[in-house]
Amino acid sequence: MQSMITTLLTGISVGGQYALIAIGYTMVYGILRLINFAHGDVFMVAGMMLIWLAAILPLPVAIPVVIAITILLGFCIERAAYLPLRQAPRMSVMISAIGVSYLLQNVITYLTGGQPMTYPTIPFLAQTVEIFGTKQTMATMITLPAVILLVVALTFLINHTKVGMAMRAVSKDFETSRLMGIKINNVISVTFIIGSALAAVGSVLYFSNYPKIVAVSGALPGLKAFVAAVFGGIGSIPGAVIGAFIIGICENLIKATPYSVFSDAFTFAVLVIVLIFRPTGIFGEKTLDKV
Amino acid sequence: MNRIDNKKNVKSTVIALVCILAFWGILLLIENLNLILPNVPKLFTPTSKLFMVLRKVIVYSLIAVSMNLLNGFTGLFSLGHAGFMLLGAYTFAILTTPVSLKVPVDGIFYKYGGSIVNFSLQEAFGSIFGNSGAGGAVSLVLGVLVALIISGLVAALFAYLIGLPVLRLKSDYLAIATLGFAEIIRTIFQCEVIKLPGGGELVLGKLTNGANMIKGFPTLNSFNITNATGQTTLYLSTVVPAIIVTACIVVIVLLINSTYGRSFKAIRDDEIAAEAMGINLAKHKILSFCISAFFAAVGGALYAMFATTYQAKPFTSVLTYEILLIVVTGGIGSVTGSCIGAFLYIACSEWWLRFLDEPMMIGAFQVPLLKDGFRMVVFSIVIMIVVLFFRKGIMGTKELPDLFKKRKVKAKTEGTVTDNAK
Repeated sequence: MQSMITTLLTGISVGGQYALIAIGYTMVYGILRLINFAHGDVFMVAGMMLIWLAAILPLPVAIPVVIAITILLGFCIERAAYLPLRQAPRMSVMISAIGVSYLLQNVITYLTGGQPMTYPTIPFLAQTVEIFGTKQTMATMITLPAVILLVVALTFLINHTKVGMAMRAVSKDFETSRLMGIKINNVISVTFIIGSALAAVGSVLYFSNYPKIVAVSGALPGLKAFVAAVFGGIGSIPGAVIGAFIIGICENLIKATPYSVFSDAFTFAVLVIVLIFRPTGIFGEKTLDKV
Repeated sequence: MNRIDNKKNVKSTVIALVCILAFWGILLLIENLNLILPNVPKLFTPTSKLFMVLRKVIVYSLIAVSMNLLNGFTGLFSLGHAGFMLLGAYTFAILTTPVSLKVPVDGIFYKYGGSIVNFSLQEAFGSIFGNSGAGGAVSLVLGVLVALIISGLVAALFAYLIGLPVLRLKSDYLAIATLGFAEIIRTIFQCEVIKLPGGGELVLGKLTNGANMIKGFPTLNSFNITNATGQTTLYLSTVVPAIIVTACIVVIVLLINSTYGRSFKAIRDDEIAAEAMGINLAKHKILSFCISAFFAAVGGALYAMFATTYQAKPFTSVLTYEILLIVVTGGIGSVTGSCIGAFLYIACSEWWLRFLDEPMMIGAFQVPLLKDGFRMVVFSIVIMIVVLFFRKGIMGTKELPDLFKKRKVKAKTEGTVTDNAK
């Protein structure tokens, strides 16, 4: 019973961390129709940044600085690698995203010398709390409320502010919204900024469960968060969050069975099954191909 | 008109054949230069970087071309190549690893009590043709070739099964689904034991050796001819893979220029229009997918031969990305481009940019930044520049012959137009 509770709670917290990354994927896809392959690596860079900054700054200062740097990184990637390809075919932009991912991984490998880096212990997140007779870390417990808070804030931003309205307009129709006087590039930048900020928060929560991180640490959570986004219906924020929770919980349930080696394969199997039977996901909108 | 076309065809075929033979000849010559001349430069000794790079380039060319067939010529953006390479490498290794290494106790499968594939192809051929001298060579070559073909077929079969559901998806969804399948294949090959629900066990390790290394199968160096004292009398370790790869690429080029190839291109340019013209989309897509998987697997098997030992671990999506970047650098939709791209990519990353990894002193001044890994940073920046500003890559959609006869091509297309008008 206790192990069951632990599994579930871990699943919920991992799901929440995936949700924070998945929102970045889904928002970018909703507006640019681009799978931002570099997003997982941005997530990893945020983790690395905290390692370096925690060495020179006190943690309460370091974490906001990390979030700021990640935002800057996301913004720069968009401006440098995706903006020049706005008129190019979608395949080129995706290749560019893969290139950015390759670049970020190589830069981090260079800077770390390929060595695993020890993630600093964040005292607040590492403390244990007792719940239903099981001991959990604060990081596990705080994820769910944090995700709910951030998603509510994000939903408010999208539904009740001018920027949010512009985002919704751009995701509906690129060209028309440009004619309506929306500065598309600014809207896209805001999307990347929000996505990166959430990824930075997610990285703090995610990596504090792991002792060490390496240059490819972002790839797998990135892919899983992407699967979650597809599962929920790519382009839809509630979809991404729910998808992420389902993936996170299922993955941890499988890890508790003898089939634990297949927990990663399971994620991709889910992806393939969803894509085959309902390519638009749970909440996705159906699109029609026009000749 | 037809006769002239035929003559032209014969002429270009002859030119192509001569070029290929010349390529093999030159390769054979430079590889054996150290046997003919006593004091060749260090570059031409058989262990030099040059041949290591050449062999890797040859292997990667085939893989890049096979990916180009799918991504460039059929317009199916698939990222599953690492999976197909892995299938090819495993099938090849399982079929050709000598029986002496598959025994229960001392072999490489010792953890699982030996392998269930208790034979090895080249040894089976060896029992027919003999194991030494010419017979040994025949059985080695036959064993390797048959194993290569079988590994290709296995991958093609998998591709068919994967393709049935997946190829209904479009562009980026297809990319992600194939990426997912490649990861699933890798996980399965790394897995040791599957516990069946009924209480039984499926020991995959008996077939795949789990996540452990497989070694002992024929490598590219096995092709070298040695005399009785063990001295190499003829180096063939670069030429033989070159011959295999050229043959495969020729098959791909012939396919691209056939009716099927034209249908592939039509699907790439506009699916709906292609369907309206009567092209069976599902059939052609799956055909392209299977053929691409076949050659990717052959490439993967050759890669295993090149690497001499391997395990499932490096066959991740990063490998697929690398090949994709080769294809993009060379030009999506150009076979020649993929080969050039493979050469530049491998030569830069393995050879020409190596100096960036070594600390360097100019006088008393230590050049900053140079240390392990800097090569890959520079390299990925160069690739980003290509991706961003030279989107067509080196060759665009042109092939090598197009560079020589621009005008003739123009005249020819005019000719066909008038021909059709009649």
